Amino acid sequence: MRIILKQVILLNPYQNLNEKNDLLIEDGIIKKIGNLTEEDFKTSEVFDFENKYCVPGLFDMHVHLREPGREDEETIETGCIAAAAGGFTEIACMPNTNPNIDSAEVVRYIKDKSKDLLVEVYPIGAATLERKGEAIAPMYELVEAGAVAFSDDGNSIKTAGILRHVMEYARMLNVPIIEHCEDESLACGAMNEGLVSTILGLPGIPNVAEDLIVMRDILMAEFTGAKIHIAHISSKNAVEFVRQAKKKNIQITAEATPHHFTLTDESLKTYDTNFKMNPPLRTNEDVQAIIEGLKDGTIDCIASDHAPHSIEEKEMEFIYAPNGIVGLETQLGLALSELVHKKHLTLSQLVEKFSINPRKILNIPIPLIKEGESANLTVFDKDLIWTVDISKFKSKSKNSPFDKRLLTGKSIAVINKRKMFFDDKFLSI
Amino acid sequence: MALSSRHLLGLYGVPKEDIQLILDTATTFREVLERPIKKVPTLQGKTIVNLFYENSTRTRISFELAQKRLSADTINFSTSTSSTKKGETFKDTVRNIEAMKVDMIVVRHQSAGVPQFLTRITKANIINAGDGLHEHPTQGLLDMYSIREKFGTLKGLNVCIVGDIAHSRVAMSNIFGLKTMGANVSVCGPTTMIPMGIESLGVKVLHNIDKAIANNDVLNVLRIQLERDAGRRIPSTREYHNYFGITSDRIEKNNKNIVILHPGPINRGVELSSEVADGPYQIILDQVTNGVAIRMAVLYLLGTMVN
Repeated sequence: MRIILKQVILLNPYQNLNEKNDLLIEDGIIKKIGNLTEEDFKTSEVFDFENKYCVPGLFDMHVHLREPGREDEETIETGCIAAAAGGFTEIACMPNTNPNIDSAEVVRYIKDKSKDLLVEVYPIGAATLERKGEAIAPMYELVEAGAVAFSDDGNSIKTAGILRHVMEYARMLNVPIIEHCEDESLACGAMNEGLVSTILGLPGIPNVAEDLIVMRDILMAEFTGAKIHIAHISSKNAVEFVRQAKKKNIQITAEATPHHFTLTDESLKTYDTNFKMNPPLRTNEDVQAIIEGLKDGTIDCIASDHAPHSIEEKEMEFIYAPNGIVGLETQLGLALSELVHKKHLTLSQLVEKFSINPRKILNIPIPLIKEGESANLTVFDKDLIWTVDISKFKSKSKNSPFDKRLLTGKSIAVINKRKMFFDDKFLSI
Repeated sequence: MALSSRHLLGLYGVPKEDIQLILDTATTFREVLERPIKKVPTLQGKTIVNLFYENSTRTRISFELAQKRLSADTINFSTSTSSTKKGETFKDTVRNIEAMKVDMIVVRHQSAGVPQFLTRITKANIINAGDGLHEHPTQGLLDMYSIREKFGTLKGLNVCIVGDIAHSRVAMSNIFGLKTMGANVSVCGPTTMIPMGIESLGVKVLHNIDKAIANNDVLNVLRIQLERDAGRRIPSTREYHNYFGITSDRIEKNNKNIVILHPGPINRGVELSSEVADGPYQIILDQVTNGVAIRMAVLYLLGTMVN
């Protein structure tokens, strides 16, 4: 089948591409860029995407699919549909499923379940068995089965002693360790510690709980020579520590979530558990530091930390409700609204954060917009104004703090693996 | 005159006029409590549920008595008799109770924010009887009432709250209410018990109990809640008493005009010496009596509001 994306703006900073042109895709392969004939138009399905941006398919490197274990909250399939609807063609999923992704069987199970879907899923293996922080996971076997990184996400790797072995082993396999940075002994709260937690009477989690582990991990990465990736960075000092570590050529990268560059702890004043996440929403000073980190490249990418939870679980007394929000279907809109339209990032920088850098970190090939290449593309309208409506989410869970929020910018279509998601449905192309 | 909100969730942001109205109304009910027949028909036909998810004796009894004095029908629901142990969610429990047509819910819960949550899931008037580390507004009001009774005013008074401020909903309600009424509020305790950002609320932080006694009109002394991990924040109750405990010696040395409040129950020999707990400077039992009047006032003002 042949399709034409008519008059799209092709943007891929990785290949210095930024031009308006027609794109012909045949059987999932980019056949022609420009110089399309009348014959081409007659024999193809034409999508008029004039002035929409066409970029290498977006990649979310921090997604919680709840399968296996909590299929009532999200399955591999529903998570992938949500990703496609949000503009993502590839995702990496975190290992805190039940069972954890700490055996090749679970990696294969996820790969198998997702192989016929538009969205490609890259499992992240548990760094330690059952994510208990006691013994390293069979990382070699997991990599062979398809794991692209290791993490005990949800927790930090428990001790520096076990982290050392995880890092040394990962260095041999040339895969990064992704760390959820939080000192357990300091982090027994329900929100950011500060004036707002004092007023709300909720137990607080201080910034230093994150800073401490970020610093530990930087020192350990320097010591072992491993690659470390800081997940969902949320504190001002942590951003600065990463900046300094990069100057020292330590192999460190970092990601930020849209909620951490959009919201502050002030949002918790209604005790709405959809604002409860870990790391917690922090202060405006931290938000500004994250935006600064995104601007100067200290923070390499944006990821959602998509964490589906059922309504019953979230509609609970605040201190008992679980952490986390869904984010796949709002993050592109939030990033365009908060970063691009507010002139913190250029569109090219946004594509780097959403498409190029996550793949560089995980050693995954970056899709090229070039004749002869497989079409792995996201098309978005940077100026489309829309209102978030959680009832329309493709995700099985609706726990978003952004319901009813007005956003500027939205994904229009994604194309990958000879499939296209457009106008709310999947097409084979 | 009517209150500006149909719930009492906390004293944060509650306008001065509302606090004034509650305190003035309590004066009327305080007088009722001195009569031989201490009952008025004001809330006849109203049904009130006391939803207590946390142990409480005095607050629950005080509320219950206030409800009975106002002729309301009351039901007590506490965790030991609840369905939560059967796995029912809090929301379902509340919905079931509401379906029995209750007008008001008095709630105490371990989690801050539960009273706010209730306003979203029921139509009843909600009164917060203590939520996590957040607020305990009727305690704040009865403390203010007791201070006002003693001094005639709150404006310009120097009030210091002593103890584990970081883990006290009583402290927070006192701070918010007293600030609104124009008192100068300070807190005194070991650094481990002072919450982050408290100075931004216009509250002075002290660590010297002698100075706190010398420079204040009132000390509101909190209970050291060993059951709530206060034990990790101080080396021992002995050390606490030696450096922060209120003793007759300290009072006589620094300020014989001081008035001591305590929300109870007292740890004798920890935050207060027995001598002080029973001595001439304290108004602890007045607080308890005033508590009933304050709760009657709040129940009356909310219960007779046109929703």
